[in-house]
Amino acid sequence: MKIMVAVKLVPDLVENLEIAPGGTGLDRTYLRLILSEPDEHALEQALLLKDESTDITVVAPGFEEADDVLFTAAAKGADRLVKLTDGFQEGCNCHALARALRGITSEIQPDLILTGVQAHDDLDGSLGPLLAGLLNLPYVGNVAGLSITEGKATARKEYSGGLIGEMEIGLPAVIGIVAAEAPPRYVAVSKVRQMVKSATLEPYPVGDLDPGGGIELDRMYKPESVERATMIEGTAEEIAVRLIEVLKELDVL
Amino acid sequence: MSQDICVVIEHLQGHVQEISYVMAAAARSLCESVGGKCIGILLGRGAQDLANDLDVDSVIYLDEPALAEYNPDAYQLVLAAIISEWHPRLALLGQTSIGTDLAGMLSMRLGLPLISHCQRLVAEGDGIKFISQICGGRILAEGRLPSSTALVNMVPGGYKADAGRSTRSPEIMPFAPPPLVDLHISLKRYIQPPKEDVDISLERILVAVGRGIQRKDNLPLAEELAEALGGAVCASRPVVDQGWLQPTRLVGKSGMKVAPDVYIALGISGAPEHVEGMSDSHLIIAINTDPAAPIFSAARYGVEADILDLLPVLTEQAKKIREVA
Repeated sequence: MKIMVAVKLVPDLVENLEIAPGGTGLDRTYLRLILSEPDEHALEQALLLKDESTDITVVAPGFEEADDVLFTAAAKGADRLVKLTDGFQEGCNCHALARALRGITSEIQPDLILTGVQAHDDLDGSLGPLLAGLLNLPYVGNVAGLSITEGKATARKEYSGGLIGEMEIGLPAVIGIVAAEAPPRYVAVSKVRQMVKSATLEPYPVGDLDPGGGIELDRMYKPESVERATMIEGTAEEIAVRLIEVLKELDVL
Repeated sequence: MSQDICVVIEHLQGHVQEISYVMAAAARSLCESVGGKCIGILLGRGAQDLANDLDVDSVIYLDEPALAEYNPDAYQLVLAAIISEWHPRLALLGQTSIGTDLAGMLSMRLGLPLISHCQRLVAEGDGIKFISQICGGRILAEGRLPSSTALVNMVPGGYKADAGRSTRSPEIMPFAPPPLVDLHISLKRYIQPPKEDVDISLERILVAVGRGIQRKDNLPLAEELAEALGGAVCASRPVVDQGWLQPTRLVGKSGMKVAPDVYIALGISGAPEHVEGMSDSHLIIAINTDPAAPIFSAARYGVEADILDLLPVLTEQAKKIREVA
């Protein structure tokens, strides 16, 4: 079985995000991109499905940080690493990324394409269903739990309130993962360094990006919170005493 | 193209999902300005009564066995046919398990622009402005929708669900479905959330843990506080994904919606997917090391601190009060 994991790189929210001088995008000067968290789960789900006859290809858009993401995936067990090249430095919406994946997808002909169900910076839909729409493949998103038997996938789709719908999907298909069946595995930095030396990272030129289907922004800004919490300060003890007072005033203790 | 605003009604097991009312409220406020009609799109089997309390002018209704429960394949085929024939100004779908499946597929198949994570839609001149919330609630993005048909994934929070309810039943307009054969997806069964665990939606006091708890070994710190306060522990997505707590304890979009008297958010950043599940709590207290964490906008009281330092002290104080009482 051939599995393709298509990932996105997103701003690390641990860092302070700044708006670019034009006011319509994030300032990319100091922006650090990391693997989108649901994509980390998509990769983990692929690794959990892997047996001797499975081949996992991970495909990432060609940002600088992609190398590290791909070599880390190799250290975890991915077989083939593909970096889409050119034109990504200015950013790339999901429509453009879906179209950029078309070439490599028709080359690999995967039985299963996994993506994270969404990325926190998606403004024009999420990658999975866009790719499915483009390739005319079935799509099920928000999946936590996936098994494959005889050309069919059985996916557990999560709804609000903890309800799960178990769906059977004919392959090939695209599945959007919200959580893998096990937490994403840890891999030692030394093993990643080893991969930098031994694994091959294949550049895959995709030509001009076509962002059609996304909508240009007039303005991007940080929300000015109208309502903000009353901050309680002091030593740990003073804070604890004050918080307990608040609860007593509410008459819940 | 019409100026109508279509709302794709989401329902599961005979229950209309709350996001449908939120979208009806958004559609109603837009229609008052742009002059179109609010049209619900309801796909189901023997389900036409489901739209009775939704504040829309009329409902395009398809009755088909293959549409009885949500099926991404059947739904997108039918919606593509309706949108192509109706050409509404906008088709609103939820930023939900159902709506995000559909909007992406439809955008590519029909060549229609798509805006996701949309919180507000505002009529401005003869155009419509969208405001979307991204990067875990840290960034807002604003732009104008094109004058052609566009698709929108709506998040809750921008409109009150109650504003999308009505007592006058909308007119039902039957629609002949395209052939639904050779579907690639079938629903095998529903799995209900297990009942044996604590039902966090019934608790008066919830102690919620997020990524800031760092390790499973630290969970007892939160459990001790919950016990001292007479409440229960719940969590945000990363904690449940790590397997540190059962999925029954998950608060947010995929998990439970809770509204306790007190919600203490420990080391939770406050991504919209989480806030959606707890914003109706009576009193929210947030403790986080990051002063810019969006959770402080949802909370009434905040503390900028490491929960691992504060928890033992807080539990000790809580125990003291309980002993006195």
